[in-house]
Amino acid sequence: MVIHGVAALALCMLAGTLVGEVLGAAVGVDANVGGVGFAMIMLVLATSWLRRKGWFPEPSEQGVLFWSALYIPIVIAMAATQNVVKAVTGGPMAILAGLAALVAGGALVPVLGRMGGTAEPLPPQAAEEKQEV
Amino acid sequence: MDTLVSVFEDNGLLVAFALIGGLMMLSGRLSKALTRGRLQGSAIAILLGLVLAYWGGAATGGEDGLADFAAFSGLSLMGGAMLRDFAIVATAYGVDLQQIKQAGPAGALSVLLGVLVSFVAGSVVAAAFGYTDAASMATIGAGAATYIVGPVTGTAVGASSEVIALSVAAGLVKSVVVMVGTPLIAPLIGLNNPKTAMAFGGLMGTTSGVAGGLAATDKRLVPYGAMTATFYTGVGCLLGPSLLYVTLRAIVGG
Repeated sequence: MVIHGVAALALCMLAGTLVGEVLGAAVGVDANVGGVGFAMIMLVLATSWLRRKGWFPEPSEQGVLFWSALYIPIVIAMAATQNVVKAVTGGPMAILAGLAALVAGGALVPVLGRMGGTAEPLPPQAAEEKQEV
Repeated sequence: MDTLVSVFEDNGLLVAFALIGGLMMLSGRLSKALTRGRLQGSAIAILLGLVLAYWGGAATGGEDGLADFAAFSGLSLMGGAMLRDFAIVATAYGVDLQQIKQAGPAGALSVLLGVLVSFVAGSVVAAAFGYTDAASMATIGAGAATYIVGPVTGTAVGASSEVIALSVAAGLVKSVVVMVGTPLIAPLIGLNNPKTAMAFGGLMGTTSGVAGGLAATDKRLVPYGAMTATFYTGVGCLLGPSLLYVTLRAIVGG
């Protein structure tokens, strides 16, 4: 059933968020440390185990894939609710500080990418595939 | 008109679905017509979303962009942290754990480096604009990490509320420029595989920026970038008011 997939996803997210909160409290910061990351790893492990057991049939899979496909629309809604006015009117210093962080961080991506051998690029997507999701 | 607004308000999430669906259709057309598909539809949609957010915020004086209009308030549910993180986790379905293990050390290092580099870049810019005391520099530097780390650091080190507000603005700018800038710089920095996506997520750290930027670049990279970005704010809150502030104070004094 589709809801099985959605429920599995929700459980992983809740468990991951809890771990992130506990970890945050353990190191003494008022922030979630890695909750989404833990949830993702749990989802991958849990679903591959369920699939091996044959307990995650295609309808259940659809429950997860639906939310994965909604990712881009959700991100667009997120963009439409950002406090862009405050970002733009924050003055030249705020803009420069934000830009500097992007440039400095971006410059380091190739450096870290070379650590332990470079990785192969993903195969190119078909144009329709790009537009689809 | 009143009836329309009240129906829209009562069904906010559905309005959001319809609106975003329409926006994506328009963006897909624009992508084909104006850029022959070179700039992805999702990149254009994110850009349009940000423009609408500016318009909404400017017209209403609120903080939630287009969602400040009561009729579009459902956008803040659809684009809020709960559903965003839910969808991000869903993208991990089918991810190859082997890839993550391989890129693990680079990913972990990227989070530490990302916090450090943003902090240094932000505090140098702050100093250039005359904020030369350690508390202000640290707060603005932390804001350049993310707009959550900024206020957390500012409150801890006792920065003025004006400086804290600036640090939030710096963080917001970063998240917006990462959303818009990622597809543009992706070819230059080799952002086309899971490993560099993990490094990118850790170096940038802003979850909304990374989520939007990678969506506009290649959706398949999202889970890898999000995986590391999710550790960033926590690490930033940990290091900003402590190690980084103390080191900065030792360098600039006071």
